[in-house]
Amino acid sequence: GGWARLMAQQGLTEEGLLSMPAFGNVTLVHITDIHAQLKPIYFREPSINLGVGEVAGLPPHVTGADFLKLYKIEPGSPDAYALTSEDFVALARTYGRMGGMDRVASIVKRIRDERGGNMLLLDGGDTWQGSYTANQTAGADMIEIMAALRPDAMTGHWEFTYGTERVQEAIDSLGFPFLGSNIYDAEWDEPAFEPLATFERGGAKIAVIGQAFPYTPIANPRWKIPEWSFGIREEDIAAHVEDARSGGADLVVLLSHNGFDVDRKLASRVPGIDVILAGHTHDALPEPVVIGKTLLVASGSNGKFVSRLDLDVQGGEVRGFAYRLIPVFSDVITADPDIATLIDKVRAPYEEELARELAMTESLLYRRGNFNGTFDDVFCQALIEEREADISLSPGFRWGTSLLPEQAITVEDLHNACAMTYPAAYRTTMSGSMLKEVLEDVADNLFNPDPYYQQGGDMVRVGGMAYAVDPRAGMGARISDMTLLKTGEAVEPSKDYVVAGWASVNEGTEGPPIWDVVEAWLARNPVVRVPDNRGVRVKA
Amino acid sequence: MSNAKPRIKVPKTASKDEVITIKTLISHEMESGQRKDKDGNTIPRKIINRFTCTFNGQEVFSCDLDPAIAANPYFEFSAKVPESGTFTFEWVDDDGSVYSDKAEIEVS
Amino acid sequence: ALAVVAGRAGSAHAAVDDTEKAIQDFTGGKSPETGRIRLTAPEIAENGNTVPISVDVESPMTAEDYVASVLILADGNPNPDVATLHFTPMSGSATATTRMRLAKTQNVIAVAKMSDGSVFMDKKEVKVTIGGCGG
Ligand SMILES: [Mn+2]
Ligand SMILES: [Mn+2]
Repeated sequence: GGWARLMAQQGLTEEGLLSMPAFGNVTLVHITDIHAQLKPIYFREPSINLGVGEVAGLPPHVTGADFLKLYKIEPGSPDAYALTSEDFVALARTYGRMGGMDRVASIVKRIRDERGGNMLLLDGGDTWQGSYTANQTAGADMIEIMAALRPDAMTGHWEFTYGTERVQEAIDSLGFPFLGSNIYDAEWDEPAFEPLATFERGGAKIAVIGQAFPYTPIANPRWKIPEWSFGIREEDIAAHVEDARSGGADLVVLLSHNGFDVDRKLASRVPGIDVILAGHTHDALPEPVVIGKTLLVASGSNGKFVSRLDLDVQGGEVRGFAYRLIPVFSDVITADPDIATLIDKVRAPYEEELARELAMTESLLYRRGNFNGTFDDVFCQALIEEREADISLSPGFRWGTSLLPEQAITVEDLHNACAMTYPAAYRTTMSGSMLKEVLEDVADNLFNPDPYYQQGGDMVRVGGMAYAVDPRAGMGARISDMTLLKTGEAVEPSKDYVVAGWASVNEGTEGPPIWDVVEAWLARNPVVRVPDNRGVRVKA
Repeated sequence: MSNAKPRIKVPKTASKDEVITIKTLISHEMESGQRKDKDGNTIPRKIINRFTCTFNGQEVFSCDLDPAIAANPYFEFSAKVPESGTFTFEWVDDDGSVYSDKAEIEVS
Repeated sequence: ALAVVAGRAGSAHAAVDDTEKAIQDFTGGKSPETGRIRLTAPEIAENGNTVPISVDVESPMTAEDYVASVLILADGNPNPDVATLHFTPMSGSATATTRMRLAKTQNVIAVAKMSDGSVFMDKKEVKVTIGGCGG
């Protein structure tokens, strides 16, 4: 609504968001996990993000009102809207959409103008995937827009789902390094990517080590990148840090796609890293987490935020820092006209299809959160009905944008939740015990108390079946009370069930692309209402 | 198995007392003896059970392999040799076949 | 996200006793100490059929004082034996890498026997997962 929105935004100005007295001699600008969102979007932060073991209750495992209290953020304020799920729909109507690469470009340009040659722009990856146009162009749309922002380095994760050949070709034409100190050729075990890049900024020698997502060949199809082996390879990072230090680096930065908990553990074990720019788990934190002498920066996802970290680097040491997590309010920050034109150009061939309306939603649709999101519930229901299954499974991706009640669901919106290179919606039979094994396996990837054994996704979404989960239990003991919803009966270990799902990492998986399945269901359900999910019971 | 094909990576030169890295690969399916064919019969074990690297006749590194070693056995190890000479690599198959390869190194 | 669970190991696995016996046979009944040997393996296997493992043992590797052998075991495979590595002073350093099969999540164990008969052990849990999903 016009007037209320204007009033709320009055305190919110471009100058207020972007002006920051320069501090020190080096500025790091970090963006990560944009997931190919060229245009402003709604993205609801999680209302549940459990931490286990040593990180229980520590950021980023704090959500909602607790988050507001921890960071002393006023409920209903712009920061409350940007950083939490509290009162999301009302605040979204007040403050509007966030992100847009033309707005991100304005912010980057302004900092670059202010800081001259003292700035590094670093992209944490998951940049080339996550939209209809990115999927149609194998990432070319994002690559072109990012090139115009002139990053100094990037690393990756979902980039690799385009396969070896495409990734290699894209990297060769980037004009800046794609770093991956943890990527080796699988045959001879030799480094397959540049591990680090060095820069001179503000009189300081800076080493940026790149860490791609360690579990790419496990979380995503290995068969698309058979030549490459990943892993955390902590000892390699330690060796690179040591080499950089002995080579005279004043500042050592890890541009990481490990996920926040992995980076937190890494920071506590590998000395000599000044800054970790964290990605993958999509956390947005208003201030760095300090582990020993290491600053951990979490810059959110989907282009919602740009991180600016000013550092005073003297004699091989960080003497002080100033930080701002800049929320990209799209109605407040001016779009860079050149980038806006470029975005229009790359989208032009697809505009008509992108805008095609499939249905409208009466419910808030979102994905992010440890357990079922409402958008996933739509996917799960579509899979059960369209593929005639007893039970459906939908992956716990952390990408996927949100839609407000009364919004149309367009092709663009649908693909923001499922654009990928292995979309086949399979239909198979699984025994009850196999289903339990699947759920236990994913739960352990999420809730293993040792972060090095976590993969950084959320729990697999389940349709047609209820279950209870105890995150703190051990492997094999977290899942219980599996119940088939249509009969109310317990899922029997030895009985077979028809299961539909999508995004299998197995080569040769057959079935229609998931977007066709959901589109067909939306055609039969033009007004979407998602009841509260009562399928998952979390044992506290 | 006639199609077992060894491949090796050895530096051509080294200085005296330098510890060099050697890498070897051999194509071999390493049939574990635990798999069953489609009729339910156990497929007999057939693996490479021993690998040896010698330098001018003296053993540098060797390994006894069990069926848990992956197909296409890979070894990476180091060597420190006092003089120029020849590395000889040998892989022994369960069926008695021996596959071998050689590499020269110049030590200065 | 989910790979269909196929071709995974059944319930057969080495008894803990078998692993313990293999260690005892190798060490001649001595209990291995910790330290001096480091086993490196991925936390989560990318492919249970080919899991890279490395051992690195601290030693001067002289004719008088060197690492003789390293036994590699996996305590959750149908049979715990994986390989026995033999070093010599000409190895220069007691370090080696190979690739192994893991039927399921389990411990990989490496035991080093020095030329003076002393023994050292390291172990690491390697997870074998179905795969899928992600951030
Ligand atoms: Mn991401
Ligand atoms: Mn990621």
